[in-house]
Amino acid sequence: MSTATPPTPLLEVKDLVVEFPTRRGTLRALDHVGFTIAPGEILGVVGESGAGKSLTGAAIIGLLEPPGRIAGGEIRLRGERIDGLPADALRRIRGKRIGAIFQDPLTSLNPLFTVGHQLVETIRTHLPVSDAEARERAIGLLARTGIPAPEARFGQYPHQFSGGMRQRVVIALALAAEPELIVADEPTTALDVSIQAQIIALLKRLARERGTAVMLVTHDMGVIAETCDRVAVLYAGRVAEIGPVAEVIHRPAHPYTRGLMGSIPAMDEDRDELLQIDGTMPRLNAMPTGCAFHPRCPAASERCTRERPELMAAGATQAACWWVNARVAP
Amino acid sequence: MSGMPLVQVQDLAKRFDVSAPWLNRVIERLPRQVVHAVDGVSFEIERGSTLALVGESGCGKSTVARLLVGLYEPSAGAIHFDGQPLAGLQGSARRMLQRRLQMIFQDPYASLNPRWTVADIVAEPLREHALVAGRDAQHARVAELLQQVGLAAADAAKYPHQFSGGQRQRISIARALATQPEFLVCDEPTSALDVSVQAQVLNIMKRLQRERGLTYLFISHNLAVVRHVADRVGVMYLGRLVEVAPKRELFAAPRHPYTRMLLDAIPDVHMSGRARTPVQGEVPNPLNPPSGCSFHPRCPHANARCQAERPALHTLGSVQVACHAVQEGRLEAATRPVTLTAT
Repeated sequence: MSTATPPTPLLEVKDLVVEFPTRRGTLRALDHVGFTIAPGEILGVVGESGAGKSLTGAAIIGLLEPPGRIAGGEIRLRGERIDGLPADALRRIRGKRIGAIFQDPLTSLNPLFTVGHQLVETIRTHLPVSDAEARERAIGLLARTGIPAPEARFGQYPHQFSGGMRQRVVIALALAAEPELIVADEPTTALDVSIQAQIIALLKRLARERGTAVMLVTHDMGVIAETCDRVAVLYAGRVAEIGPVAEVIHRPAHPYTRGLMGSIPAMDEDRDELLQIDGTMPRLNAMPTGCAFHPRCPAASERCTRERPELMAAGATQAACWWVNARVAP
Repeated sequence: MSGMPLVQVQDLAKRFDVSAPWLNRVIERLPRQVVHAVDGVSFEIERGSTLALVGESGCGKSTVARLLVGLYEPSAGAIHFDGQPLAGLQGSARRMLQRRLQMIFQDPYASLNPRWTVADIVAEPLREHALVAGRDAQHARVAELLQQVGLAAADAAKYPHQFSGGQRQRISIARALATQPEFLVCDEPTSALDVSVQAQVLNIMKRLQRERGLTYLFISHNLAVVRHVADRVGVMYLGRLVEVAPKRELFAAPRHPYTRMLLDAIPDVHMSGRARTPVQGEVPNPLNPPSGCSFHPRCPHANARCQAERPALHTLGSVQVACHAVQEGRLEAATRPVTLTAT
């Protein structure tokens, strides 16, 4: 949909570096990660555990857990830098302009307050409305996220909601102040497939109808394929490949993306063996030289062990691999 | 010995009493409450084949797994293993049988004792059943088991925390294989793993099955994984089997409306353009299941009979299905486009 990047993207992440100082030296968890998201666009961020996808989301909403810190790069919201803002300025942006949805709907809600109370509180924190107006808005939000009988549900506590309904409440909370960007970190991972489908349909509708940009962090390629316009594949704290979702899925340029796609059991073909990527993602304190994927890469050459590839154009996508556009061994 | 299924389960039921404490029941006049976690489930598993049970959270699939390995006692019904009833077996007969069936659990972090070395963990069943004599024999056997699942013999001296999730799950598999079982019950063995690691574990499981003729009961909520590993698939809903069919039939022509719904809800990785129908509604509270067919409130084909009368499993060719609409001929088998494309 949006292969051409508009002049000012809604969110621009450039050369983002996140580090964790430890007693045994500094660990670099994100290493020059960059991407943009246009208004109304859904960008998927996919990768295995430890690739840095949740960390990217946390850095954008300003919720990095200390001692993690942004050690370089820029995060811009509508051209305006939001990294390194003081805590109270950041708090005003978070919630108002950036909404967050986390994996576990039970821990994102306060069990001691009714759902309505939490919604009204969020709305009144960010918008200049009266209590009655806030209540009306809250009921409207519950209705819009597909919760039946929203007036009755308004006065109930989180434990009275099922998992899928709770995740709708979390989405309603994220939408409360009409943010321009929603960072959704594994929003459907804790849910059953039938409920997952409902939540995905809801997110897509929001992006389409209200022009909300969504950064969808997930490990599930199926969810990405269904939901996103573009996808960024993260490996060991770097973007391995980024591009329109159909291209990345059907014509992956990076060997890691190819391995990732091949390892997913498909619904429409029979294979005796799944393609497997041997080994595991390197630990942060034992990053290989050159391309971080080279120890697991079936195509690694001598150059890959030595020199780190940057993102380069590979057809309609960009991939960080020396084999891209190389006719002979790099 | 051919002809007889290795595992036969008849009318298996498990009820859990979840009533409030006695005093509360008396003072607040609360009724006794019983959850029918598994409610009249019957199936058979042929030697060397894989039966997968699928369903959403709370449908009772893990309870079936635990009943089969004896972690729960059934409230009703019978389980036969290799023709022998599991119930009533005591002492050494029970231990002999237990050795032939093992279980792999979902969470490779919780199912391995963090204070034990891998050697201790894998050798525990060997010691428990006195299968090897002497330390040297034990060492050799542990090394052999680890190599079978793609780990190194030297890994035996390490502790679980030194391994990734996928490697831990392989340690679980090595432990399960220690007694040379014929039947493995796998409860969501790859759900906690990343896809590339999941592929490694699934490939190992399939290879072991080919090499040793293992029989699997494979519990999963992931239909794509089930399609990859299973020979036959049972779909569970609220404690009951609603459809049991050979894998190809189930995925090409699902009969039960719930099976169709589940298949339609899977995200399509290869973007074939298939329309995904979001399912309406949620699984009802198992404490208070709907009357008649428990799926009727979410079913687009439900009528008065479905609300009143609970359908039994009926055999239609190679498929068993519990649905009035299918049985009455109101609902034809869905034909799903099966494209065989290689990527």
